[in-house]
Amino acid sequence: MTHRIPGKGLIDRTRPLRFSFDGREFEGFQGDTLASALLANGVQLVGRSFKYHRPRGVLTAGSEEPNALVEVIEGKQKTPNVRATVQELYGGLTVQSQNRWPSLRFDVMAVNDRFAPFLSAGFYYKTFMWPRAFWEKVYEPAIRRAAGLGALSGLHDEGRYEKAFAFCDVLVIGAGPTGLMAALVAGRAGADVILADEDARMGGRLLSDQPEVAGQSGPDWAADMLAELAAMPNVRLMTRTTVTGVYDGGTFGALQRVGLHLADPGDLPRECFWRIVAKRAVLATGALERPIAHPDNDRPGVMLASAVQSYVARYGVNPGRVVVFGNNDSALQAARDLTAQGVQVAGYVDPRADVSVLEEFPVYPGGQVVGTRGRLGLREVAVRHGGGVSMLTAETLALSGGWNPSLHLTCHLGGRPDWDERLAAFVPRAGMVAGMSVAGAARGRFSTAACLADGAALAAEVLADMGIAGHDMPLPAAEDRSYAIAPFWAVDAGGRAWLDFANDVTTKDVQQAAQEGFSSVEHMKRYTTQGMAPDQGKSSNVAALAVLADATGQGISATGTTTFRPPYTPVSIAAMGAGGRGMGFAPERLLTSDSQTRAMGAPMIEAGLWYRPSYFPRAGEATWREACDREVSMVRTAVGVCDVSTLGKIDVQGPDADRFLDLIYTNMMSSIKPGRTRYGLMLREDGHVMDDGTCARLGEAHFLITTTTAAAGPVMRHMDFVHQAFCGDWAVRFTSVTEQWAQFALAGPKARELVNKLLETPVDAENFPFMACGPARILGVEGRLFRISFSGEMGYEIAVPARFGAAVFERLVAEAEAMGGGAYGMEALNVLRIEKGFITHAEIHGRVTAFDIGMQGMVSAKKDCIGKSASQRPGLMGPEREQLVGLVPVDPQAELSAGAHLYNENDPATRVNNQGYVTSAGYSPTLQSWLALGFLRDGRARHGQIIRLDDGLRGRKVACKVVHPVFHDPEGGKLRG
Amino acid sequence: MADLSAREPCAGLGLPLTLGGCRLAALPVERITAIQPFPGKVAAVETVLRAQGLRFPAPGHSHEAGGARIVWAGRETAFLFGMAAPEGLSAHAALSDQSDGWAGLRLEGPDARAVLARLLPIDLRAGAFEPEACARAPLNHMQVLIRRAGEAAFDLFVYRSMAGTAVHELTDAMRAVAARQAAVR
Repeated sequence: MTHRIPGKGLIDRTRPLRFSFDGREFEGFQGDTLASALLANGVQLVGRSFKYHRPRGVLTAGSEEPNALVEVIEGKQKTPNVRATVQELYGGLTVQSQNRWPSLRFDVMAVNDRFAPFLSAGFYYKTFMWPRAFWEKVYEPAIRRAAGLGALSGLHDEGRYEKAFAFCDVLVIGAGPTGLMAALVAGRAGADVILADEDARMGGRLLSDQPEVAGQSGPDWAADMLAELAAMPNVRLMTRTTVTGVYDGGTFGALQRVGLHLADPGDLPRECFWRIVAKRAVLATGALERPIAHPDNDRPGVMLASAVQSYVARYGVNPGRVVVFGNNDSALQAARDLTAQGVQVAGYVDPRADVSVLEEFPVYPGGQVVGTRGRLGLREVAVRHGGGVSMLTAETLALSGGWNPSLHLTCHLGGRPDWDERLAAFVPRAGMVAGMSVAGAARGRFSTAACLADGAALAAEVLADMGIAGHDMPLPAAEDRSYAIAPFWAVDAGGRAWLDFANDVTTKDVQQAAQEGFSSVEHMKRYTTQGMAPDQGKSSNVAALAVLADATGQGISATGTTTFRPPYTPVSIAAMGAGGRGMGFAPERLLTSDSQTRAMGAPMIEAGLWYRPSYFPRAGEATWREACDREVSMVRTAVGVCDVSTLGKIDVQGPDADRFLDLIYTNMMSSIKPGRTRYGLMLREDGHVMDDGTCARLGEAHFLITTTTAAAGPVMRHMDFVHQAFCGDWAVRFTSVTEQWAQFALAGPKARELVNKLLETPVDAENFPFMACGPARILGVEGRLFRISFSGEMGYEIAVPARFGAAVFERLVAEAEAMGGGAYGMEALNVLRIEKGFITHAEIHGRVTAFDIGMQGMVSAKKDCIGKSASQRPGLMGPEREQLVGLVPVDPQAELSAGAHLYNENDPATRVNNQGYVTSAGYSPTLQSWLALGFLRDGRARHGQIIRLDDGLRGRKVACKVVHPVFHDPEGGKLRG
Repeated sequence: MADLSAREPCAGLGLPLTLGGCRLAALPVERITAIQPFPGKVAAVETVLRAQGLRFPAPGHSHEAGGARIVWAGRETAFLFGMAAPEGLSAHAALSDQSDGWAGLRLEGPDARAVLARLLPIDLRAGAFEPEACARAPLNHMQVLIRRAGEAAFDLFVYRSMAGTAVHELTDAMRAVAARQAAVR
């Protein structure tokens, strides 16, 4: 049976749409929301309540909906807690109700409702205090199963989301009569305007109440204005966009529903999270109607009066017989409007005794609704009036307890609203958000004419403030009815009267909170959970605090409100995190050798943002260890090639460059001769080691320093800080050249033979000795050559402009392979440097000093440097420190692991006995033994001792001999070549 | 012995590419020199540049003359594109070759600004970011040097190693914007 009024509404009846709800097929129309389509099909029951599993229907026609939350099904994906009043209908929309089992009409957990007397406010806190351990294991899981919202699918969300940035002069929030006028005035003046509205169609109450404006119907006038706005190049209309938060500096967060209303969104994102920066904002968010708490006011069929008007006028839904229960003039007007539209109003109930009775429907002055009947939908309304209690037959009960200006956004930066006795509502104070003007119903101006005028006036003010000349705009004529209200919050007639439908909070819960001492509104909120559901109490906050104020005897003004925080409506995390999944998580930095490396079958590992080869597998190698061992031996006996371009390279120039480097390095850099390189150590300001690397003097006033891969950014930042903070006037400039150069390490006894195959001018031990550097022509290209080594073997590093990187790598690998060598990866590089006792950030992890790593001698006594004095603080040098040592297992084949802790042989593995820890470990094919580096208390004095390595994670205990951290070629003969 | 083949930073990334009202292409590889005047030497640097019809750009600005461009690129830094550093400059400024460090991309078309609005948190409206304006800004999670090359054309320079990710990010945004335009039509 259809529940539509023929010909009525703004839906497109030429475009019927099939959809399903809980497996049943229904038909609606283009322009319907899920809620309007369900109501038009006579479906009143759409959900079960959070705690008591009470049957619930649609309460509102907007984003404030507390009841009608459903799950939208798309294939195997499920989006829970979708508001049926917001979800637009599309062909094939598949929806199911949530928080019920086995079905919506018969829900086993509705038994909770029978135990309601035991489940009132504070129930959890009182009941589940003891025994303590039961909370996590028993009570909480049971409660979570019984109470709740929708469920997730458990699958990854593969949907597309988007984030975006927008800038404007004037952001108008809300496109009802106020917002439209504000946008028109600002738009016509030439300002850059963004008009954002959360509805799919702009117009606000003009679409629902349909008042006459300038002699036209509300929707027609709105359409004309929107057409004019759409034609302005300086105006951007953003429908389906909810401004959800206000942030500093005129920044607003807004969630746009982009593809959620389409059967096939294609490449459209589901949602877009906008950050809008506006010089000025006009808040024209209107007002939200609030219900009245009376017994059984949560039965499906009980709605806000404004919602009934929307469903009738905008969606052509026939609500059946309607009883209107209100305490204000807007409620009476709703009853008149409904009657005028052919809806049968079975009665108008108003607690005010002096309300007009000369209406086309029965009026019950001084009346109250004291109950409702009907199992899963409203059938009868009990009205108490001067003549007793009457039962009125009705399918819909329309409630209006007055209007709350939608001032949420004005409070996001900490502002507090004022209580307006005349409106019985909170209204914004001036200046709650800098640059934001509040207009129209959002500041308590409720007639259409007042809204139109206010929107125009405030936009003109904003323009004047920005120095933009505005045009005079005649105000269109519209209704200008007055609004009177007699505060009335709850019917006192026994039974349960619901305040917060979403979290199942009744008037009794609030009263009980007050009795138990939770009389501050913030405490009441937390004790009863009122206002803490996804709707954030939009329909219940004011009534709840009025009931609280009544219970405590304080006025509403003194009671105050809870704090409105962003977001105004729920924002999916996926939208906020848009662009952060997959490749968007972090940029991938690829080496110039990347293609060839991957073609050689190397598994890649991440180093910072870089992708580096782990090892280069060869035929017959079954494990990474075999490849790694082979690569290490290759370097020790022939020659290996490794792409080291990821190391940070910073070009430092200027007459004061040497001074500057002396300041940031512990050792003296000003004494390096041009054409030479020196190893260097940097400290943080707190005296701990920051990074190490090489410093090459390319010219008198030209240096090139290297950093570790991971510290390239931090070192650059550190240098910038030191320069700006301490010596901004020094003639030194530096810039990153990491990406400019592709750099390759050639290591091994045959390194010189290999490098000479590429150099136009061959080098030897005399003309290019250890630690030499300089320009070099490499295969016809101007490059650089460095005689440095990170492997302990004779080593060269050649650098060429990045465009030649791929070609040079290819050539180097081919030549090396012909010499019995080849490419080596990070695993081998790690073993090589452990054998040699070279440190990486595994060792200089931020908590060690130069003393700890045995490099105190590198802190020059002849000069000052960043971190030097701090490194001399007590406790940073001495036998109490954990110092870098080498560890060799007594059984060479016993595996060692990084992260393990060190204990004296017979001590239990407890914190107080901890002697140190292992930072790096690997198997050395050169020494045929496992080796490790680590920090041991007073370690340098303990060489030769046996210590126990204890890896609690892997259950590993290995006796190790403490040795000097350089295992291989400690004299450095091979290194110097 | 000049037998090395050069590889362009955006080689193999499928450019140029047109999606909706937007085209993404690799910019030709040019000479890029970072110019960092020493303290008090901006005037001297200006004098040398003036002979080329250029001047040292103020923050957020760039200048073009005779096929060369000079673009503000950070604190006390400008990048000179399309010509070798003029004679005499090195006495007053640190110069470093950056030609191979950057991947240049051009995004142009009526939707270019909408595409960039998905990735860059800066105001690219004509009034706020005029032709020849430039900025260092984040492009999603990487940093970019952006310059407005025309009414609806933007040049983007990202670190060479990140070119693949940049093209991926831009392509994704282009696809989403194209889908929106299609939905409007």
